[in-house]
Amino acid sequence: MKILIVDDFSTMRRIIKNLLRDLGFNNTSEADDGSTALPMLKNGAYEFLVTDWNMPNMQGIELLKAVRADERLKDLPVLMVTAEAKREQIMEAAQAGVNGYIVKPFTAETLKEKIDKIFDRVKS
Amino acid sequence: MPQQQIETQQRQLELARLLIEQLEAGQADEAGLTIQRLGAPYERELFEELGRLTRDLHDALRSFREDSRLLEITQADFPDAKERLNHVITMTEQATHRTLNAVDEGLPIAEALHEKSARFIERWASFRRRELDVSQFRELSSDLDAFLGHATDEAKRLGSLMSEIMMAQDFQDLTGQIIARVIRLVQEVEGNLVGLVRLSGERLEPEKIQSSTTAAGAKAAASPLDGQGPAVPNTKDAEADVVSGQDDVDALLSSLGF
Repeated sequence: MKILIVDDFSTMRRIIKNLLRDLGFNNTSEADDGSTALPMLKNGAYEFLVTDWNMPNMQGIELLKAVRADERLKDLPVLMVTAEAKREQIMEAAQAGVNGYIVKPFTAETLKEKIDKIFDRVKS
Repeated sequence: MPQQQIETQQRQLELARLLIEQLEAGQADEAGLTIQRLGAPYERELFEELGRLTRDLHDALRSFREDSRLLEITQADFPDAKERLNHVITMTEQATHRTLNAVDEGLPIAEALHEKSARFIERWASFRRRELDVSQFRELSSDLDAFLGHATDEAKRLGSLMSEIMMAQDFQDLTGQIIARVIRLVQEVEGNLVGLVRLSGERLEPEKIQSSTTAAGAKAAASPLDGQGPAVPNTKDAEADVVSGQDDVDALLSSLGF
């Protein structure tokens, strides 16, 4: 499965990449904010998007909205992994159609659990 | 030269000649009066300049008082930023301890594995040279059995300690976001201070200063939905309605039908 990891911190991208590899997902690419991620998504046949919220230029919530507004990308499963913890923000992400929301700091177990849940749902 | 200035100069010349005449004639009192009349135009200029400076100072002080953003920064944002930076120290300290704890536990495991397997090399070589009798071979075989089970468990433990070290590095992202927010505040203070310096250094340019401070103010008042980085305890983040962890997020999302 081809996965795009979007975070402005390269350290966090590496951590997520490593965790995904432990879970058996080896085909990952990285982008450092929404504005670089969006063209990659449009051209890249990605099957899953993991994105941060607080990033320069285009924030994760804007990326999520752009994905849902795009005819070809609108069904892409999106998992948000972010330090943003306001209830208002989580509700905004839910309304925008996020498939899962993880607050940092998080554990490997949480990541596995949310990913399993997302794909169980996508399959059913 | 403008007409008025020529006239003034002419008048001053006449007064100077009069002064010389009066001094030569020994008319001290009259000469004193003439000196006063000679000085009058300069005094007026001095008073006018003094008046203008007083007005500038007054305006500068008033606009400094009215610039509530600077006041807000010193009263609220600086203590808030200090708290954020303290939190960064705490987080980096915790991450370092978490890493060192994993290393403290992992290193002896690696050393013991190395030592035990090194001892087997010698015994295994003796076996291959057919130097072991039956009872020695039985002993080697049962030791090997135990070691293989042990090594499998220990290697697994080492792997999980490595993961622990990796997860501890998430502090770089979290503290980075907090520090970036403090840097934004420092930049805003810098902008305000530059405004103040301009205010006190140059002739007043009220429109320019006004617009620069409102621009900074508008930037500070970002939408609540904009990403702000991690919520830091004991700062104004505490006023916001923030979840306490993943369980809270899951509860909120399931209440929304997730």
